[in-house]
Amino acid sequence: MTAPVSNPNHPKRAVHAFHGGIHPPEHKVDSNQTPIATSPLPPRLIMPLQQHLGKAAKPIVAVGDHVLKGQRIAEADGAISAHVHAPTSGTITAIEDRAIPHPSGLSDRCIEIRTDGEDRWIELEANEHYETLSVEEIRDKVRGAGIAGMGGAGFPTEIKMHPPQQDKVNTLIINAAECEPYITADDRLMRERADELVKGIEIMAYALQPGECLIGIEDNKPEAIEALKRAVGGTRIEVVVVPTKYPSGGEKQLIKLLTDKEVPSGRIPADIGIVCQNVGTAVAVFRAVRFGEPLISRITTLTGDQISRKGNVEVLLGTPIQWLLNQYGYQAGNPERIIVGGPMMGYALNDPDAPVVKTTNCLLAPSAEELPLAEPAQACIRCGLCAEACPAELLPQQLYWFARSQEHEKAEHHNLFDCIECGACSYVCPSAIPLVHYYRHAKSEIKQHRQEQEKSDRARIRFEARQERLEREKQEKEAKRKARAEAAAKAQAAKQAPAAPAKPVETAASAPAQNDPKQAAIEAALARKQSSNQEAEDPEALKTALDKAIAKLDKMLDALEQAKQDNPDQVEKLTRAVEKNQVRVNQARQNYERALASSNTQAANTTAKAPPEPKELPSREQLVTNLEKARAKLEKMSDALEQAQSEQPEQVEKLIRSVEKNRIRVEAAERALAEADKQEDVR
Amino acid sequence: MALLTLSSPHAKGSNRTSDLMRWVILACVPGLALQTYFFGWGNLHNVLWCACIALSCEAIVLKLRGRAPAFYLKDYSALVTAVLLGLALPPLAPWWISLVATTFAIVFAKHLYGGMGYNPFNPAMAGYALVLISFPVAMTTNWATPSSMLADGQLGLGDTLAVIWQQSPLPDGFSGATPLDVYKHEIAYKTEETVRAFAVFGEHFALGWEWVNVAFLLGGLVLLGLKIIPWQTPVAVLTGLAVPSLLLGSDADQYTPLSIHLLAGATMLGAFFIATDPVSSSTTPLGRLVYGFGIGLLTYIIRTWGGYPDAFAFAVLLMNFAAPLIDVYTQPRTYGFAGPKRGPKSRENQ
Repeated sequence: MTAPVSNPNHPKRAVHAFHGGIHPPEHKVDSNQTPIATSPLPPRLIMPLQQHLGKAAKPIVAVGDHVLKGQRIAEADGAISAHVHAPTSGTITAIEDRAIPHPSGLSDRCIEIRTDGEDRWIELEANEHYETLSVEEIRDKVRGAGIAGMGGAGFPTEIKMHPPQQDKVNTLIINAAECEPYITADDRLMRERADELVKGIEIMAYALQPGECLIGIEDNKPEAIEALKRAVGGTRIEVVVVPTKYPSGGEKQLIKLLTDKEVPSGRIPADIGIVCQNVGTAVAVFRAVRFGEPLISRITTLTGDQISRKGNVEVLLGTPIQWLLNQYGYQAGNPERIIVGGPMMGYALNDPDAPVVKTTNCLLAPSAEELPLAEPAQACIRCGLCAEACPAELLPQQLYWFARSQEHEKAEHHNLFDCIECGACSYVCPSAIPLVHYYRHAKSEIKQHRQEQEKSDRARIRFEARQERLEREKQEKEAKRKARAEAAAKAQAAKQAPAAPAKPVETAASAPAQNDPKQAAIEAALARKQSSNQEAEDPEALKTALDKAIAKLDKMLDALEQAKQDNPDQVEKLTRAVEKNQVRVNQARQNYERALASSNTQAANTTAKAPPEPKELPSREQLVTNLEKARAKLEKMSDALEQAQSEQPEQVEKLIRSVEKNRIRVEAAERALAEADKQEDVR
Repeated sequence: MALLTLSSPHAKGSNRTSDLMRWVILACVPGLALQTYFFGWGNLHNVLWCACIALSCEAIVLKLRGRAPAFYLKDYSALVTAVLLGLALPPLAPWWISLVATTFAIVFAKHLYGGMGYNPFNPAMAGYALVLISFPVAMTTNWATPSSMLADGQLGLGDTLAVIWQQSPLPDGFSGATPLDVYKHEIAYKTEETVRAFAVFGEHFALGWEWVNVAFLLGGLVLLGLKIIPWQTPVAVLTGLAVPSLLLGSDADQYTPLSIHLLAGATMLGAFFIATDPVSSSTTPLGRLVYGFGIGLLTYIIRTWGGYPDAFAFAVLLMNFAAPLIDVYTQPRTYGFAGPKRGPKSRENQ
């Protein structure tokens, strides 16, 4: 497995092995023998607004509008999103919820186009030489074309064409492994359009400037390998042939195969300087840059014994799956089953009217003979075949027991979240246990539990901070009252015995303070008040203190998140620490705001006639916009987090931190506004 | 009509638990054949008799537990337990020894713990240990004498049945102590040479037993080749037996030599067929090495310093106790981690 694979350009490139893996029947010849066909134009197209990972696009057309082929009909909403374009010319007939291809079987917002048969393009901006464009312009074109990862995950491609901020990209990997049985879309694409692929890779490399550029392909595609090797001649792109073994096309597995590096748990490839792109994506990038074509069609494998004319078709996005299959001799089986994707990781379609989208690489309609339905599961005998097959080197047999008995802590300790759900364990299980199903269920339960926990934690921290504030205010009031009483008593005493020294009163005020905490608090409050009156506390210094406290809180939150993942026994301690810091931040903020307010009032007092300087006191409008901006950002972040929690668990941690940061910002903005309003009232 | 929606994967390989079990039984056949050749009909009878008991017990308990007997009987797990007991029990042990051992194995050691997949102890060895403790005389005196030592040849089928079922007295010389037993007791006051001269040791190591062990070794290698059993367990068992024997007991004038440890008694049957029971063994690759080594080591200790001539059953049961703990400390390193997690809580971050 580690035998070096000869390569004319780089004879020393070795292919490394990843743990486990399986060799299911490939069924590739079922569909890779004929050239890519072009699917006919369907009477209507259904374009889901979300065909990618991230936020759904926002429609920019209305029912009744006439659109041209390639015209943008929905716009990306936020950074992690992608535009949607009309795949042909026609009329918008509906913008409503329709069945979409998704494992949940739920409906989602779609734009329906009645095609007019003219297939008339909008004007496209072609570009002969990509080198004449700036990297920024290239990324704009890719984003403008609405390209999202076409291997299956659908991550917006433009984002992956930004090198990570700190370090540069060392390796750009083109995933041409296509390890799933049955699927041959990339195989055919490479055989027929290797030149476009290589140009697409060059464009990506132009944007990323990677140290090396590798195409990883399984050795069961000799024709595609030939075509690639021809096409990469004269470029610095390397074709690396890896042994056929499922799941070598898994991103993490391919990285291990080609570079011997591993993506650390909970991180993304970019963190170790690697970017992976799919073959189809690279071709789409080429077409977007060279011809200005948006992503409106893709190559999809139609296969399975219920389809008589198997093969690959270039199909317009939005084509209803049932209609498409009918064009190629589809016969419903009993029970009827259509799998989107391959037999290992694909999902069974719920509604055949759902359309082909940017990520639909294969439609598999198997007969009951070729993919028999699951047998009844027998007891797990802990034979360990699953552990041998697991490419993540987990202990699936243990995870199964923990998932069954809902021992979530143990499951997490056994790295449940590093499971890539490739299905190798279920495939080899002699007892026919649907293992992956158990893991999915356990993961979703744990995620839900975490969300609830976070929610309640936040509520508790907020409540406790409020309690503390109220308590302090009460004590300060009490102190004021006492001070007034004392002053009155003093005045009285002075009046009654002007000659008598004021000593006893003073000692009475200071002596007990040493052992009475309440008294101490009062003293402190008094001191604070006095000092703020005298402007002893410089708002600038307080601001630094506040910033420091916020930074510390941020750090604590980071540590807490980290601990939640790796070190559950530390969580409680850290939660307490976070709370303490939260309180400190609040205190620091109040000090600062008080100081600011008093300096402002003083400024207002001293320059009673002149208006206060705008620099020192931001206008109310300004504060409102600040607050609004912060709120909008928080909302966006929360949305992204929600999204990530369902689709991109590796991003969750990062997002939670940014949400927390934004929440603090919103709170600060709220407070500033409230303070400003108070000032307004005072004035 | 809504389509059929199931979660992935949709493809399934050809492994089946019942196939694995069937292979285990098949791989026992050469050993059983040689046992019959050298020691008469006893083992073959015991295998069949234990099978009848095991299947009946399994069916009755499944019925009582409200499970479908047909579905569970088809996994062949009860049959494997029966075959292992039939191979391990003394060939001329009375019928009720097999009955008690098998019934205890299936009803108590297996089903009272939840049935297939849930038993913490190896059922066959639990049954074996029970009768070994309860009926030590019947378990040590009913070992058949190898055929070649008998002038008139081995007991016939009829005589064997009579001994087992009617407990008719055995003619003199037709039963005796096992080579392991003989060596252990005789070496106390004899030299290696004189002990080796005993007829039970034959020309090589242990008359009859050596070939039976070789046959079980071959059967075990077939299972290894088919990846039905993991390599770690048998390798570790044999290593666990060999290491103390070479380090401490290399003086054949004092201790049983390694060759007899390996080729007499239940060693190969134990290493390849009994210790590899996946349900009650450790389930991690590293854990299986620890688990197997423990079995080998304990077998050596009990054989050398304990009161029983052979010790495989006890060694297996003791390591069964330890298996869950071993699992906790032998997690493999998962992709994307710097090192493996050891123990119930992660320590590497502290």
